[in-house]
Amino acid sequence: MVPFIIAESHEIMNADQDQIISQVTQTEYKYGFVTDVESDALPKGLNEDIVRQISEIKGEPDWMLEFRLKAYRYWTTMKLPEWAHLKLPVIDYQDIIYYSAPRSRQPLGSLDEVDPELIETFNKLGIPLDEQKQLAGVAVDAVMDSISVKTTFRDALAGQGIIFCSFSEAVREHPDLVKKYMGSVVPYRDNFFASLNSAVFSDGSFVFIPKGVRCPMELSTYFRINAANTGQFERTLIIAEEGAYVSYLEGCTAPKRDKNQLHAAIVEIIAHTDAEVKYSTVQNWYPGDREGKGGIYNFVTKRGICMGDRSKISWTQVETGSAITWKYPSCILRGDHSVGEFYSVAVTNNHQQADTGTKMIHLGKNTRSIIVSKGISAGLSNNSYRGLVRVSKNADHARNFSQCDSLLLGDRCGAHTFPYIEVDNQSAVVEHEATTSKIGEDQIFYCNQRGIDTETAVGLIVNGYAREVLNKLPMEFAVEAQKLLQITLEGSVG
Amino acid sequence: MSAKSSIPQPMLEIRNLKASIDGKEILKGINLTVNAGEVHAIMGPNGSGKSTLAAVLAGREVFEVTGGEVTYCGQDLLSMAPEIRAREGIFLGFQYPVEIPGVSMVNFMRTAVNEKRKYLGQPEMGAADFLKLMRDRKALVDLDTSLANRSVNEGFSGGEKKRNEIFQMAMLEPKLAILDETDSGLDIDALKTVANGVNRLKNKENAVIVITHYQRLLDYIVPDFVHVLFDGRIVRSGDKRLAFELEEKGYDWIREAN
Ligand SMILES: Nc1ncnc2c1ncn2[C@@H]1O[C@H](COP(=O)(O)OP(=O)(O)O)[C@@H](O)[C@H]1O
Ligand SMILES: [Mg+2]
Repeated sequence: MVPFIIAESHEIMNADQDQIISQVTQTEYKYGFVTDVESDALPKGLNEDIVRQISEIKGEPDWMLEFRLKAYRYWTTMKLPEWAHLKLPVIDYQDIIYYSAPRSRQPLGSLDEVDPELIETFNKLGIPLDEQKQLAGVAVDAVMDSISVKTTFRDALAGQGIIFCSFSEAVREHPDLVKKYMGSVVPYRDNFFASLNSAVFSDGSFVFIPKGVRCPMELSTYFRINAANTGQFERTLIIAEEGAYVSYLEGCTAPKRDKNQLHAAIVEIIAHTDAEVKYSTVQNWYPGDREGKGGIYNFVTKRGICMGDRSKISWTQVETGSAITWKYPSCILRGDHSVGEFYSVAVTNNHQQADTGTKMIHLGKNTRSIIVSKGISAGLSNNSYRGLVRVSKNADHARNFSQCDSLLLGDRCGAHTFPYIEVDNQSAVVEHEATTSKIGEDQIFYCNQRGIDTETAVGLIVNGYAREVLNKLPMEFAVEAQKLLQITLEGSVG
Repeated sequence: MSAKSSIPQPMLEIRNLKASIDGKEILKGINLTVNAGEVHAIMGPNGSGKSTLAAVLAGREVFEVTGGEVTYCGQDLLSMAPEIRAREGIFLGFQYPVEIPGVSMVNFMRTAVNEKRKYLGQPEMGAADFLKLMRDRKALVDLDTSLANRSVNEGFSGGEKKRNEIFQMAMLEPKLAILDETDSGLDIDALKTVANGVNRLKNKENAVIVITHYQRLLDYIVPDFVHVLFDGRIVRSGDKRLAFELEEKGYDWIREAN
């Protein structure tokens, strides 16, 4: 099956379509407001003293400070990676604030103690923190800038032994778990941004599902950058014990600002024997304006390990925001018969750049992985898929299937595919398929002729193109994601 | 009847319409008048401009209109965007229906129906009513139930695509349907089904232009007028007997006469 007309065979890109595309690229970012809330921040810049101060503000134990300092010292010896297909700006790491927290009474317990401005902010973002008003079956951890504002439904979950709290709290209340697992999947030496995060990370979510428990609700973290000149460096750690199951969602937005802001997160997932973790992201950080001014630099290290036999980790991502996205959610398939999945839709418009994909590392026998990547580029943007499939010597009968499709809206954007395949075992079966296509003038006209205007038609077609991935998202998210795709590309068609 | 509508107004009036693509003139001065309640057949050899005429009426922008006027229900058709023409009741049954992978027929039709309703100031159709309408209209053209859950035209056989066009027509209830070679590639049973669907939708308020290469279809959709299009012009018009004459004498007859 070849979706859409392959680019070469369909070169009718006339003036009308250019116009269409220029319009899709002109919609305003609707989460760009700033919350007027006082914040406590450390001064700009990064040095050992800042690292110590972050640790002190958070009241961390010594072992955590030691971890941060090791990471910091290592980071100072590192260089920015340059292999990605990105025009990387020069980032002045001394011009960034590494800790900023909306000021409020601490510690936060009930909703009454949360600053009404913050509750309002999350309401505006469609994330009510009042448990009564929430979507049934979704628990939320709301993180603004460097701290977690509120985690809902935690008591209900605790009844089943499930821990869902902010990372800072986990450090205080579950130090053994944090010590055991933190850095076990993404070591602090892993890469430039992982080291930076390990030194200065502020908050994030912690999830622990005990043996045999199926988490009864979707767990979700909503990340919001509010303060100016501030970087967000969150860390998420998800542990699913034997036979446990959890579906976790992550959403993100940020105000419109002229200056770029840095976001460098780490996510680690550990799935023990027969456990399953589904991790879904709808990333909608501020992408910058039409001229490419401002926007979030999104450098994220996400990795999961299928430790036990028959364990499974699924990454699903819808990436629509950020000026730059650098992100490769990966799976280490250690247990025999373990399964890794990666489903991705990445949309770039205007001057956005994305270099995203996955790594599937097959170590165990009969391990399986599937990669479905749908890139959509418009405007002057660049969208790359970069993926590694590695089958090691002992991974008998490993299987991988990869499908990488690119859809171009207009002829001034770029789509690139960089698949890397390393196979050290003869019994492995690795398949890779790739297509590049454009929306045909005939498809648009067919929709027009049925009374559907061009903008709506592009939305329909793009959503159709991404459907395989969108179908993997939990229901509430899928609807949001569909709207988001449409909004991101609005005006790319006249 | 109100005073306003007492002077009968043609549904469609095409005057000296000229159109070209890439600087090449395809339509060289078409004149045609269609009234409500009428069925017109347009016949003619391959490449004479039949599909171009249909596409220009539907507003396909790759064709440049270089002259003439078209009035539709008293409005200047050529100044309307294609989606507005559709919402105003013009339907084109495509000679080559287009595939749209991943977009389900249900979603596609629901969008189309509701866009039209919105335009006409009507409330959106609820899910239950919509699904009932779908079922109803599918039956009209014997469209297999599962088809509607599939992507638009993707993996449809030639015959299914054509039936799908008539199904969409039934959903949208156009005032003016232009059916471009809806009969080509259909076996006799499918042809009868399609023709039957069209006839059931036909009434005094609407009109149909049937574009066909063969007289065969006109046994089932009986035209009031037959026009022969040749080299971008209508060179003969008559009643249904003209279709038989064409069938008998072949298109060479037209070629030689022009
Ligand atoms: N998209 C197009 N680009 C270039 N020429 C075209 C295009 N569409 C139609 N034509 C030309 O216009 C003429 C009329 O074609 P068409 O309207 O499809 O005829 P018919 O439907 O009567 O067979 C033909 O010579 C054809 O080659
Ligand atoms: Mg034709």
